[in-house]
Amino acid sequence: MRPSPPSDQTVLVLALLTALLVAAPVVSLMLIALQPAPEVWSHLIAYVLPRAVSDTALLIAGVGTLTLLIGTATAWLVSSHDFPGRSALIWLLPLPLSVPTYLSAYVYVDLFEPLGLVHRALSLVMPAAQAVQWLPPMRSLPGAMLLLAAVLYPYVYLSARAVFQAQGTDAIEAARTLGAGRFTILRRVVLPMARPALAVGVALAALETLNDIGASEYLGVRTLTVSVFNTWLNRGSLAGAAQLSLVLLGFAALLIAIERIGRRNASVELSAESPRLRSRTRLRGLKGGLATMACLLPPLFGFVLPAAYLLGESLRRSLSIGIDPALWRDTLHTVALAALATLIALGLGLIVVLATRWREARTTRAAMAVAQLGYTLPGLVLALGLLTPVLVIDGTVANIFRSFGYPSPGLILMSTGGAVVAAYVIRFLAVPTGLLKAGFDRIPRDYDDSARAAGAGRLVTLWKIDLPLLRPALVGAAILVFVDCLKELPATLLLRPLNVETLSTSIYQYASRGSFEDGALAALIIVAASIPPVIWLTRFSDLPE
Amino acid sequence: MSRFRAAALALAAVFVPFAAGAAEQVNVYTYRETKLVQPLFDAFTKDTGIAVNVISASSGLEQRIKAEGADSPADVLLTVDIGRIDDAVAAGISQPINSPVIDEIVPAQFRDPNGQWAGISMRARVIYASKDRVKQEAITYEELADPKWKGKICIRSGQHIYNNALFAAYVAKHGEAKAEEWLRGLKANLAQKPSGGDRETARDVAAGKCDLGIGNTYYWALMLNDPDKKAWADATRVVLPTFEGGGTHVNLSGVVLAKHAPNKANAVKLIEWLAGEKAQQIYADANYEYPIRAGVPLNPIIAGYGKLKPDPLPIAKIAANRKAASTLVDKVGFDN
Repeated sequence: MRPSPPSDQTVLVLALLTALLVAAPVVSLMLIALQPAPEVWSHLIAYVLPRAVSDTALLIAGVGTLTLLIGTATAWLVSSHDFPGRSALIWLLPLPLSVPTYLSAYVYVDLFEPLGLVHRALSLVMPAAQAVQWLPPMRSLPGAMLLLAAVLYPYVYLSARAVFQAQGTDAIEAARTLGAGRFTILRRVVLPMARPALAVGVALAALETLNDIGASEYLGVRTLTVSVFNTWLNRGSLAGAAQLSLVLLGFAALLIAIERIGRRNASVELSAESPRLRSRTRLRGLKGGLATMACLLPPLFGFVLPAAYLLGESLRRSLSIGIDPALWRDTLHTVALAALATLIALGLGLIVVLATRWREARTTRAAMAVAQLGYTLPGLVLALGLLTPVLVIDGTVANIFRSFGYPSPGLILMSTGGAVVAAYVIRFLAVPTGLLKAGFDRIPRDYDDSARAAGAGRLVTLWKIDLPLLRPALVGAAILVFVDCLKELPATLLLRPLNVETLSTSIYQYASRGSFEDGALAALIIVAASIPPVIWLTRFSDLPE
Repeated sequence: MSRFRAAALALAAVFVPFAAGAAEQVNVYTYRETKLVQPLFDAFTKDTGIAVNVISASSGLEQRIKAEGADSPADVLLTVDIGRIDDAVAAGISQPINSPVIDEIVPAQFRDPNGQWAGISMRARVIYASKDRVKQEAITYEELADPKWKGKICIRSGQHIYNNALFAAYVAKHGEAKAEEWLRGLKANLAQKPSGGDRETARDVAAGKCDLGIGNTYYWALMLNDPDKKAWADATRVVLPTFEGGGTHVNLSGVVLAKHAPNKANAVKLIEWLAGEKAQQIYADANYEYPIRAGVPLNPIIAGYGKLKPDPLPIAKIAANRKAASTLVDKVGFDN
């Protein structure tokens, strides 16, 4: 075997450092969890966990099932059928991705609860007291399932659509020649081949559900994440909360394991060459109308309604009160933090994936697994775990300055937003890692080998061959991370510097004052800022027609 | 200038706090929302020339200050409730305020015997009662467990910090066994599973889902002043409940002086200023709160609730029973 070139070594070291970065908050959490908290546990086991575990499991099962159904059905409809409005629905379908879960919860409770718009409308045709009986109970477990599924289904939709479009035309044509109908093809050919992608989508939606505190707590669902919060704050047991967080992490690991099992035995190789597009079936009349409805309802509830609500409230407030000038500064902070985190996450993701591609070994595979760990950490748990490592670095820097006789620069990472960026990178690194890995898997190694046989170095091969081929994956990852950073709330809240507000923290402040509508414009900016990236993402996953 | 340096400078311009260069400053970590306290800080800066830098969060600030250690920029921690004050003192991040001004203005009941914290303003935990369906004038907290209210009460999560403090006060007064019995009774009287916030509670009472709602004075006043929501407030009235033989439970907003405060003199100045007449007036008017000092006129909406008689139980006793209250809430399945 040839000795490894220096670029290999560098990438390996960088990949291990990245893994270390992601592991830091988890390790710090484990250290906190080492302190005994026995009295917390006897209590948790007796009174809290049975309910929290079952509610969490039900919520995840509900959201998982709903996102799977909605995401797969809509992706299948737009990928292999033509029906009225299809071209508009293609870009409307992924847009709920731009609506944070906590935002959607506030909007729906306001709309569907007593004295909300729906109640007032019903009161026009019946007595108000009777109309109350007709309102759907939004603040309930089923309400939470529907609400979360309406904004999270795009994870499944996007991954399913990417596969439905690209996958083996040959197999489908063969099936058709054998006389299989559309649904038989869907059941026997399309879905089995799409299973890995569907598993990824559902796992992402489930992890987002597990991460959520704001919406669940508001809707009265006592999930494990909410229990971590109560144990820490009301029972004053940080150790107990850390231990419970590790249980939560176990839950997340279970989800990922299920996802991996879903992917196993699915050795369908997608062709690297441009796949031939298969023709779409035209649906007319009633069938066409039904297809349009099926693809219209999810984005209607996940995006159009919340966005319209926010637009209405912002207009009303901007006209009567004017726009808070701080909003523009908040927007600048938000975009700067998110953009910086996106760049770093993309770079680190690439390094981790390159390390496994260039040197397939247990170390590199482990580094990649660890790098994806952050997505399983709820934002607040991550922030708590990150406090110690960040401040160890800050303290060390300050001490170095002092030992050379300079005045202390203060806490560098905490006071510059470095801690927030670190939290974003750790939390969302799984996205570029996963997407780039998938992207690389579709580049045959022959390409690399040919280039290198022609005398090109690793970096030249990467620059000239791999990166151009990876462009869709890179762009897709950048967009997803950026949008996720814009929406992030709990870690931003705890780790940001003095005098810095972001859009999400600003919305949060209005909401906790009991006047969520006053933050509608900030919310609208988050949603609006996410729209172009989401559309861009759709275009990239779209093949030329 | 290289492109890198330009980028670095641009970033610095965004992130380095505007006031960092000011000679006189004070750094405030707050659980009160920035937008709520900003008018106060603006007035303070105008009065004293001391710039105020702020970070607000919903939880974890004492953990952050603790982790920041001796280098922490935190001077003052401002909280919404005794719970977080208690956490801060327990985390060892406080130091005695040592201010004769505070000792004179703030009643002993509302400050720490050891000077580690002081109350700055109050909100009462009250009852929103339906005007149509509830005729009874005075209601006690104890009475909320009376079966006559079966299926008629709405409340947010029993683990929410405001309810936690109310339940802790109950434990302090009646002991754990009685408190458990009371919580079971209250739970049996609920019209629905606890969820939402105080605002949703008021809404549910106004719409007839329940007859009594438990919430803070502040949210009700906020609704009355919002033309869209005035109807919700108009359908209800605020009852100031009392403990039997006691007074009304208050959520105490308080301050802690950070152990490593780099601007300690300014921090004490700010704390004293917050207890002063001007700040107390702003608290009373803009935030619909009860001033901590005597002689400051109440906001007319708040005054309309009737005369507040704060429960005489020392706040420190409430803090000591928070954990017990939280445990009982789980034990009786209050939120289930």
